[in-house]
Amino acid sequence: MLAVAQDAGGAETTRPWIRPTNMEEQYPPAILDLMGWSADAWRGAGPPQYPCLIDQRHEVSRLYGMVNVPTAVWIDEEGRIVRPPEPAGVNEAFKAVDLATFSMPADAVESGSRHRNRYFAAVGDWARHGPDSPAALPADEVLRRMGRRARWGDPARAAAEFRLAEALYRRKDPDAAQVHFTEAARLWPENWAYQRQSRQLADPATVGELDAGPGFWRSLEQRGPGAFYPPVDLPETV
Amino acid sequence: MIVITYEDIEVEVDGERWRDGDLWLPIEGLPSAIGWDVRPEGVCAGDICVPVPPGTSWWDDDGFNVSAFARHVGLAEAADAERGVVAYVVPSERAADAAGRSASVEAPDFTLPDLDGNLHSLSDYRGEKVVLLTWASF
Repeated sequence: MLAVAQDAGGAETTRPWIRPTNMEEQYPPAILDLMGWSADAWRGAGPPQYPCLIDQRHEVSRLYGMVNVPTAVWIDEEGRIVRPPEPAGVNEAFKAVDLATFSMPADAVESGSRHRNRYFAAVGDWARHGPDSPAALPADEVLRRMGRRARWGDPARAAAEFRLAEALYRRKDPDAAQVHFTEAARLWPENWAYQRQSRQLADPATVGELDAGPGFWRSLEQRGPGAFYPPVDLPETV
Repeated sequence: MIVITYEDIEVEVDGERWRDGDLWLPIEGLPSAIGWDVRPEGVCAGDICVPVPPGTSWWDDDGFNVSAFARHVGLAEAADAERGVVAYVVPSERAADAAGRSASVEAPDFTLPDLDGNLHSLSDYRGEKVVLLTWASF
């Protein structure tokens, strides 16, 4: 496993999320419910045993055509992609959250949990069986899925604007950076990571925080079902 | 002085000028700025040379028009001239292809730091299965 934070805030904003010292303070209860978090399990868990990398320019997303987080790609021992970028164990069950109380209905928690467990089971199956796992896809199917998504906008110009914004942000000029973060999000509308990063860094008070304000919910509504986390096509047998 | 960020490079270059929205740099500063230099056979990086199209004036006595060259080779440019920062991006096959076409399942390599600043490349893990997982604080 290689975990890569796509985060212009850098180590400063990602470090507290890699091994949070107090999950209950850091994550909203609705998110903890969806994650299936339990205090007992957390106390028994150690820090990550895999590399946690920081990608302030969102370069990995650009290289792989990823448009949201969390997204995963499976890569075999020969460096070939055997599952293309897809939402990693998450679905859109979170949309059922009650925004007044920020609580999650039980059926949404159940849906999220079922989906997550199925994805983890598929990862485990691939780890054990490699190319014989039904979750590992042949090259033509990988290519078909990578080409399937409708794309619009100008990803290359958007990436240049994002790179410029990140350089300005790192140089402690957040106001100038925001102009270009916003432009990056405008140029590549399907890139939720650009949009969410832009909103998060627009206000010093929200730097490092989950983007869950009115702007986020408005975007979700405008884009409709399946635009945020498209359904993941996993085999039934895993 | 201007800051140019391009692939894994981020450099400061002196002597920049802006003409009609295009960035011009002294020719002698090109290799350190963008990795390309001017040779008799064209504009080159290593063994790769881009011939200069007939009728094109990428450079004159005052410098080299980086923006025009970038447009010619398909680099995306974003600039904040007032603050002196310019970014160039090579369109990635997967991200930039408006039709969503991809020709290869080879995983693109990259090198990134961990929290302690140690660099890791995807290719370091060749021979192992890798779940490449992206996430963010937002």
